[in-house]
Amino acid sequence: MYNKQIWQPTADLSTLQYRAKVFHKIRAFFYEREVLEVDTPCLSLGSISDPHIEVLSTQTKTLGKHVTYYLQTSPEYAMKRLLAAGAPSIYQLGKVFRAEEIGRRHGIEFTMLEWYRLGFDHWQLMNEIDDLLSVLTNDVIISERLSYQNAFLRHVGLDPFSASLSYLQQCCHQHTEYGLEEMDRDTLLELLFTTLIEPQIGQKQPCFIHSYPASQAALAKQQIELSGARTAARFELYWRGMELANGYFELTDAKEQQQRLQEDIAQRAEHHQVWRQVDERLIRALEKGLPDCAGVALGVDRLLMLLLDKAHIDKVLPFSGAHA
Amino acid sequence: MASYSTSELRSGNKVMVDGDPCAVLDNEHVKPGKGQAFNRIKLRNLKSGRVWERTFKSGESLEAADVMDTDMEYLYTDGEFYHFMLTDGSFEQHGADANAVGETSKWLKEQETYVVTLYNGAPLAVTPPNFIELEVTETDPGLKGDTANGGSKPAILSTGAMVRVPLFINIGEVLRVDTRTGEYVSRATGK
Repeated sequence: MYNKQIWQPTADLSTLQYRAKVFHKIRAFFYEREVLEVDTPCLSLGSISDPHIEVLSTQTKTLGKHVTYYLQTSPEYAMKRLLAAGAPSIYQLGKVFRAEEIGRRHGIEFTMLEWYRLGFDHWQLMNEIDDLLSVLTNDVIISERLSYQNAFLRHVGLDPFSASLSYLQQCCHQHTEYGLEEMDRDTLLELLFTTLIEPQIGQKQPCFIHSYPASQAALAKQQIELSGARTAARFELYWRGMELANGYFELTDAKEQQQRLQEDIAQRAEHHQVWRQVDERLIRALEKGLPDCAGVALGVDRLLMLLLDKAHIDKVLPFSGAHA
Repeated sequence: MASYSTSELRSGNKVMVDGDPCAVLDNEHVKPGKGQAFNRIKLRNLKSGRVWERTFKSGESLEAADVMDTDMEYLYTDGEFYHFMLTDGSFEQHGADANAVGETSKWLKEQETYVVTLYNGAPLAVTPPNFIELEVTETDPGLKGDTANGGSKPAILSTGAMVRVPLFINIGEVLRVDTRTGEYVSRATGK
């Protein structure tokens, strides 16, 4: 991929100036609200358990021993360790890394804004995201809020919680030609979501999708709906076809967290995915006690694409993947 | 046979899908927030010409199709097959059936070079050059002096193709035609 002829930046100068201004506005926003900036390490001895995120790693030699460091995919574990150690509300604006395909909306290195608010639940955090977007756009942003279930009922015409597996398979296959042999409900639901719902929602104002199936809780608390259904206190933010942010009312129960890590590790092993050191220090921190808080990670490069109406992520980065 | 991983497919790759050779037109990486990655791939079925999208799990593998584009000169038709010869000096000949030639039959001129797509060594499709020069065999008599008025009339060319031409064109003239649109471009320059 290295090409000695291509030395020029991928973003133009006015974009880079705008990018710097957005960074400044983000920092000013949190300074005003007394949210502390932190910069946890890019390199960590432990990594995430997530079965569908691949991690970059690097080797070095320390005191005569080979040591593997993992590049952070998000600062989530480290930030939660800070919170358990008594930190107030914190934010981090920095680079994260994933061993992913490079594409229109994906790079292996990207800029993430992640923040945690002590005493907030996910609903309050959604309000704060609207506040931040309002500052960045010089507009009044009040995002739509749509439950996962209602999004499916409205745009796919099925109930994601009660539809049978075979119905999901048929529906998925009808729209994507994939799915007749897929046994995992969540995979089918996620594909239907990206194919049929994502292009429809958040076209004018941004849209929060909330109350995910409990099986897609990741690191969120579970909640009981009025209907009695168990859902995840998780939300995602979509805007003009782009997935922009993912947030949780954070799981604080160490035992529950331990169990989810074990399930992830088992799932990775079952699919013969590369072994990695999962960072169990998160569990130790939760045992010490993570205060009730809500947290969110927001893709800053994607946000810049939307603010500047750029179709490709390359256009908002000084040097994108193939030019880096 | 070689194969491709769906995550590495690029526009121009030829793969087998449901037993038919297909050309990859586009490949979009799709990654739901916390879920499995997919590739949404736009394909053209090289047999039927149908263009459509299909989603694959990332990393799934597809067999490469033994498809090759070659330059060949058109020789003649025996009524059933259209015979072409490789222009690489090998004199190797291939017979393409009506299915493979398709719409291109109305642009077939002896000694002209065409792109013949071979699938497992047999012609699958024949693509004409973008521009071709053909003689007018039938049209109403030309109108003298009417060169700029913009009127048009039908004309039949030596290959049987029908195109609309300006009123001043006469039988026996050689015209330059765009095979993609089937439209008259100009009188041939006689180069």
